[in-house]
Amino acid sequence: MSASAIPAALERGESPARRALRRFFRHKLAVVGLVVVLAFVLIALLAPWIAPYDPIETSWSRIRKPPSAEHWFGTDENGRDVLSRVIWGARASLMAGVVSVLGAIAIGVPLGLLAGLAGGWVDALLSRIADAMLSVPFLILAIALAAFLGPALENAMLAIAITASPVFVRLARGMALDAKSTDWVEAARALGNPPWRTALVHVLPNIVPPLLVQGTLAIAEAIIAEASLSFLGLGQQPPSPSWGSMLNSAQRFLDPAPWLAIAPGVAIFVVVLAFNLMGDGLRDALDPRADRK
Amino acid sequence: MTALLELRDLARAFPVRDALGRARGAVRAVDGVSLSVAEGEVLAIVGESGCGKSTLGRLALRLIEPDAGEIRFMGEDLRTLNPADLRRRRRDMQLIFQDPFASLDPRMTVEEAVGEPLRLHGIVPRAQERDRVAELLARVGLRPELARRWPHEFSGGQRQRIAIARALASRPRLIVGDEPVSALDVSVQAQVINLLQDLIAELRLTFVLISHDLGVVRHIADRVAVMYLGRIVEEGPTEAVFRAPRHPYTRALLAAVPGQGGRDGAKAVPLEGDVPSPIDPPSGCRFRTRCPFAEAVCAERMPLLEGGSHAAACHLQDRLPPARPPAEHDAGGERLRRLQAFFTDRSTSPITKGATTT
Repeated sequence: MSASAIPAALERGESPARRALRRFFRHKLAVVGLVVVLAFVLIALLAPWIAPYDPIETSWSRIRKPPSAEHWFGTDENGRDVLSRVIWGARASLMAGVVSVLGAIAIGVPLGLLAGLAGGWVDALLSRIADAMLSVPFLILAIALAAFLGPALENAMLAIAITASPVFVRLARGMALDAKSTDWVEAARALGNPPWRTALVHVLPNIVPPLLVQGTLAIAEAIIAEASLSFLGLGQQPPSPSWGSMLNSAQRFLDPAPWLAIAPGVAIFVVVLAFNLMGDGLRDALDPRADRK
Repeated sequence: MTALLELRDLARAFPVRDALGRARGAVRAVDGVSLSVAEGEVLAIVGESGCGKSTLGRLALRLIEPDAGEIRFMGEDLRTLNPADLRRRRRDMQLIFQDPFASLDPRMTVEEAVGEPLRLHGIVPRAQERDRVAELLARVGLRPELARRWPHEFSGGQRQRIAIARALASRPRLIVGDEPVSALDVSVQAQVINLLQDLIAELRLTFVLISHDLGVVRHIADRVAVMYLGRIVEEGPTEAVFRAPRHPYTRALLAAVPGQGGRDGAKAVPLEGDVPSPIDPPSGCRFRTRCPFAEAVCAERMPLLEGGSHAAACHLQDRLPPARPPAEHDAGGERLRRLQAFFTDRSTSPITKGATTT
């Protein structure tokens, strides 16, 4: 019981974030997910140096060649090296995933906090808008927005960001409502915190964990959405590679040249799986129910 | 003595809605309460759970908006202040919560939590903040070295000490303690009560103690106000109320303290039935449905608080049979005193000692 028995080295205390990190690293599959994600990030960053060929250089002499020692994943209908295109395509896919989710968070979280903490008609209005957006299937709304904005990778990302934002509005609102009824938020008010400071200094840091989990899982979704938009010709424009647009052109040659579809397909599958594993691991690590006293 | 805090006809009702959100009446949690708290006084508000005492505490600090009435604090009506002025005023009035596991922001270190009021109200320059926090922690019996830890690393008693340090940080004139020890282990309760008592004496604090623990109340309060269904039924100096309760409800409350009824069990007035619904309180005196002495008049007119410094809201207060002789064996108080004696003997315990050397 005596407090002086605690060694001085421990007195810094373990922050909630550090504790979550420790738990995350105990979770093997999550760590695998993290490693895969980091590997793909590295591949995307180092694309100019590790891609064996120019991803947009065509060659009439090597059209639709099956995988070989020279071209590990084969070549496509324009004679471009598939491995190089998958490597460069990682840039478009990861960018689309990360940037559009950051956009969705930037739009959704402030609005959600406002709705949850302000309440009243502000909450009613914002919640109804979010509900209305959620009532339209994700991809349909994204396609409509992307078509409206015009076919380009940036527009696809913006379309995905807007489409994904209501989820964050809802999540942030719900968490803010929970927080609002706690003693420590009332305590913040009793101490003399203005509402904006209570929102930013007290509520926001406490709702980061679920946002982080949702964000990670949303990246996986956004990557698929970008692939879908590119598949439909609304994302990355030719000749620049993206996994979705590669699948788009591969579908015409599924029978004679299946490797065209397999490489980008497996890439999407692996990255999405990795993000999901990571998200699950984060969820477990940040679960407040695991916070035993 | 001047009144630091004066409440006049304060009322607040909470609407009760059905599943479709339509109003179905209102819970009149606080219904016309007038009270005044003198500078340096310890006033206890007691009553069963649900009687509105916590609501009253929050109304007094305008953490909940009253429907009607006046809150005069340090000479001004808190209800007329705009939000910014009210926030500035909060430096002088603080609240200690019941549950120390809920009242501290889980993502703030002790240093940040205790330093927050200093920063909000510009109490000390930033450079001195750390020193001031260390002083405050030492004052509530925590080692300043623990300042960079997170709340989850502390026990309930320690957390309540942190919350007390936070409440003291802005050097408030008034502190409201909403059941400040009832969530703590019994052994820790006595320590925290001792601490509060020391702080009250040393800093000449004005303290409003909201509690249902009559032992604690008798131990530290100068005056007591007894609440029943949103109204004050008796108010007076602590010893007078405990020795000669004038309201039948107060008598029943005192008789319910374990160990007291045994002395003359036959005469003890047991409280029968439940507290009536505050949505639809009884006509006239609200206690009449459970009162063993109730007469016709009690259903007709609502009794007012009468009787000078020791007042009761009862039509029959001058005709009631004399109260039982004062029972000295108030179990709560007795238990508390023993524990306190125990901890006073150990005043050189490591915690206290480590704390006071700074």
